[in-house]
Amino acid sequence: MTTTNTDNKSRLNETVKNLRLLIYGLLALTLWFIVYWNLNDAATWLTLAMRFTPNTHIFDALQFFLYDTPKVIMLLSLVVFAMGVVRSYFSAERTRALLSGKRQGFGNIAAACLGIVTPFCSCSAVPLFIGFVSANVPLGVTFSFLIAAPMVNEIAIGLLFALVGWKVALAYLLFGLTIAIVAGMVIGRLNLEHWLEPWVLELRSSHATAAEIKLTLQQRMQAGIDALKDILGKVWKWILLGIAVGAFIHGFVPADLLSTIMGKDAWWSVPGAVLLGVPMYSNAAGIIPVVEALIGKGAALGTVLAFMMSVIALSLPEMIILRKVLSVKLILVFVGVVASGILATGFIFNLLFA
Amino acid sequence: MKTIKVYGPGCKRCETVANLVLEEAEKLGIEVELSKITDMAQIAMAGVLSTPGLVINGTLVHSGSIPKNEEVANWLKS
Repeated sequence: MTTTNTDNKSRLNETVKNLRLLIYGLLALTLWFIVYWNLNDAATWLTLAMRFTPNTHIFDALQFFLYDTPKVIMLLSLVVFAMGVVRSYFSAERTRALLSGKRQGFGNIAAACLGIVTPFCSCSAVPLFIGFVSANVPLGVTFSFLIAAPMVNEIAIGLLFALVGWKVALAYLLFGLTIAIVAGMVIGRLNLEHWLEPWVLELRSSHATAAEIKLTLQQRMQAGIDALKDILGKVWKWILLGIAVGAFIHGFVPADLLSTIMGKDAWWSVPGAVLLGVPMYSNAAGIIPVVEALIGKGAALGTVLAFMMSVIALSLPEMIILRKVLSVKLILVFVGVVASGILATGFIFNLLFA
Repeated sequence: MKTIKVYGPGCKRCETVANLVLEEAEKLGIEVELSKITDMAQIAMAGVLSTPGLVINGTLVHSGSIPKNEEVANWLKS
């Protein structure tokens, strides 16, 4: 009798705590919106206060910088925090269990979607790959996960949303998922298991997993805040640099300069952008503000997105890491299939957002 | 005396976990023998899917993120 009473009491306490957290969260969100809607006016006011004359290059550039910096950081914070909370519900172990023994097709779709929400760091690509394959996750399904995880990430989507609008962000999400699903299915159909490094198939990895601890809402919120601190701490300088470059282009580069070299009439610009992107290794944060400025100056959206996807999804360092488990032939197939998907995305975007 | 193994390819996060364990062990006055395992095959064989993985006396207690100080202290005590 007494135990049930204390049980009920602690459960009640927990509910009260959660309610309080939700109210605080809603208040913070409202405040966020109020500040967000007034950023543009504040930036103009601040630039005027510094005694710059309106309608000059330097005024435009400075106003752009003062408006874009807080805007980008605020939107990114919101997205990263939300993702941090969502990710606390997932783990690589749980994802593996969900995907183990799944068939082609449905398995690829599930793997690509799980790739977005599962916490993943590219330095664990190899152990994760082996762990998946040895737990009977089909090769193609494993690839769907490995392609989606870096490409469709919250930083890329948050920044696209902040800088070029929700339609482009949504299109990027859908095309990124499609590439991961289709590329994984193609690789699966080719039956390339024998192109893995032989020791990978012989290895029986242990399926020991750390005991999972049930988290409270408060701990999940804390996970969101931790993610926010971690990611913003890492990328803020790239964002500032990117926006500064963007502001310079915005203010000083003539509007139609880029339309001939990066416009949609030049068919070779999409493959050119993909080729250019492979050896480059940057995080999404540094590249997107530049991307926005390029689009503003007449570069075609598809071309710019193809460049961005290629920088993020096809990176030379990651291929070198994967070489430990994949033969060169398999890596080439992987790169070929993903690059084709990015090319198709580039061309389709150029048609859609003309 | 506890045997600690930190599994990871040697990135910054693994380094942080190793230092965290040493720090907490010293606070608690527990003697530890820490080794870092960077070989990919061994990492996979230990069942570590996402690095860094932390093994104390043969049991995998944590993987995939940097644990909190109190968590580490609890694993060391038990």
